[in-house]
Amino acid sequence: MTPLLDVQDMHVTFETEDGLVRAVDGVSFSVEAGKTLGIVGESGSGKSVTSLTVMGLTRGPSTKISGTAMFEGEDLIAASDVQLREVRGNEVAMIFQDPLSSLHPFYKVGTQLVEAIQTHQHVSRGAAWDRSGQLLELVGIPEARKRLDHYPHEFSGGMRQRAMIAMALSNDPKVLIADEPTTALDVTVQAQILELIAKLQAELGMGVVIITHDLGVVAEVADEIAVMYAGRIVERGKTDTLFDSPAHPYTWGLLESIPKLTGPREEELIPIPGRPPSLIHRPSGCAFHPRCPYVREEHKKIDPHLEPVPEDGGHSVACLLAPNTRRELWAKLSAGEEPEQARAEVPLQ
Amino acid sequence: MSENLVEVRDLVKHFPITQGIVFQKKVGAVRAVDGISFDVRKGETLGIVGETGCGKSTTAKLLMRLLTPTSGSIKFEDEEIGYVSGSKLKQLRREMQMIFQDPYSSLNPRKTVGAIIGDPFIVHAIDRNDKSRRKKVQELMEQVGLNPEHYNRFPHEFSGGQRQRIGVARALALKPKLIVADEPVSALDVSIQAQILNLLSELQRELGLTIVFIAHDLSVVRHMCDRVGVMYLGTMVEVADNETLYSHPRHPYTGALLSAVPVADPHEARSKSRQILGGDVPSPTNPPKACRFHTRCPKAQELCWTETPALEPKTGGGLAACHYPLTDAEAADRIPAVAETYSSSAASSSPSSS
Repeated sequence: MTPLLDVQDMHVTFETEDGLVRAVDGVSFSVEAGKTLGIVGESGSGKSVTSLTVMGLTRGPSTKISGTAMFEGEDLIAASDVQLREVRGNEVAMIFQDPLSSLHPFYKVGTQLVEAIQTHQHVSRGAAWDRSGQLLELVGIPEARKRLDHYPHEFSGGMRQRAMIAMALSNDPKVLIADEPTTALDVTVQAQILELIAKLQAELGMGVVIITHDLGVVAEVADEIAVMYAGRIVERGKTDTLFDSPAHPYTWGLLESIPKLTGPREEELIPIPGRPPSLIHRPSGCAFHPRCPYVREEHKKIDPHLEPVPEDGGHSVACLLAPNTRRELWAKLSAGEEPEQARAEVPLQ
Repeated sequence: MSENLVEVRDLVKHFPITQGIVFQKKVGAVRAVDGISFDVRKGETLGIVGETGCGKSTTAKLLMRLLTPTSGSIKFEDEEIGYVSGSKLKQLRREMQMIFQDPYSSLNPRKTVGAIIGDPFIVHAIDRNDKSRRKKVQELMEQVGLNPEHYNRFPHEFSGGQRQRIGVARALALKPKLIVADEPVSALDVSIQAQILNLLSELQRELGLTIVFIAHDLSVVRHMCDRVGVMYLGTMVEVADNETLYSHPRHPYTGALLSAVPVADPHEARSKSRQILGGDVPSPTNPPKACRFHTRCPKAQELCWTETPALEPKTGGGLAACHYPLTDAEAADRIPAVAETYSSSAASSSPSSS
């Protein structure tokens, strides 16, 4: 199946007073219709910039963008602003993280939905208003018609996020990009929203890119996962593969450092030492090397590329350790050993 | 002396809603905390979980006496502290300290780290000598894992995790007996969260601290706490030991919360039949009568909207305020963690449950 959205070798740099920020440094991914790609990473890993760039929202005098983002034969990165406006919010739509600051406080929710519809469809205001009512119903807002006349501040957090989703869906998009769609919400509301996105995806057959820092969220909704670190994808694979046999030490660190709701209670969490690197002064060699417990001298010089994991279809990783070493290390870690212990027992290659 | 460091009884905090500019009249009240009771035992970590607007932060502020209760009592070391003021209150503050959620807005950007951590010594007139204070502050910095040489740096020179360490050092400065931590890790990245959580448990072991740990993240609370209280709309709906709460939840709201948490395991995520609560939390200005959860509860029956349930011990679980508490089988159906222990313990008796 040909992918709906195909991003190849995307680079985004911002010129700042402190120096050149390499926010996205060679990222490639693709989404098929009806599938969900999860992009996981910490703050500053470049996951939001990636999605904003696909939507053409990072363009500016101090930004340099290269690479391609093909959508239905059109390169969204090379497209002019006018062309992009045709696609944005129409065929490729986005849900933002903070629903309160993404809705205009001065306008009624209905008015904002009508604007989204009339930008892309030649329909009368009345028809657009009707459609807005249907959309709010679709996303499960009670008394939807009455709610069109309300202002964003009269909505609760969960309802605002639903309104945002309604707006994103207003022109039946083929690709939906959701940037931390549930981070600002409570768990019970988060469960509602995730279920809603999954349901709408099944009905409308959209390709969905969901960006989050929460491994739990991607485990539940994604078909495929890309882990980002310092502006690059360091590991990519099917959801099951990534949780069962992760291959990158950073992914191990993420999985080991979160407290679990199931299984025996951990005595102590195993944090990833240090902190995320600066994107201005990217560490030499493998960007994860200052925090990696399994670092070897040459890892500080050689820059790893995303390469397929042998005998594991569709799974690729950017790590300089030998595949066998990685497998042995993860076997030890998942059996409950601490990184130092595992390191002492497995000869690093 | 009792075993409890803090005893809270029927604590109520209502915030009045007024109308009019010159002649203000009260037209209603936000019932932020509406009659909660719990104890905090010496040396334990008590977790308080709940969603936005359930009153957990108000409870924290009442404990810290940053707010004065509308009614009810708070006892700290057998002494009523709910309504003290002036110098007595200041005395009290030495015994209890708070760690705040946002490490960015809770540190004064114009003061050096040394001044921030050293301020409690000046405020409470404990050490006004610059030299010896500096030494104390540097010891504290060392204790929380900061480089003591960074004494003269400003908060903006630190990362989020390091700033939270500054907040912890400041809270520890006066050697308090009680620490109230209000969402101490929710603003931090996952890889940094674990560092701060480990620091807190380590300090608790070393210093014998009592911690009230307020959070919305159930997995973090499970990791940190000995006992957990679950709040809903200003009331405490369930209090139980950590183990009991997570494997034998009794209140349907606790069940719903546990069911809603996404688990970082795709196999488990697929296996559970998730129970999703409909609708939103009702407004605390006009909460539902009797059991406040009855509007969203899957098990609600007539009794639930006529009679308020008391927080009582339930069979097989902890304390819960519910007329029709969950059974283990029902809980196992919704929550993978429960399903695991349930199926292993009751595999022989009811194999059909899973």
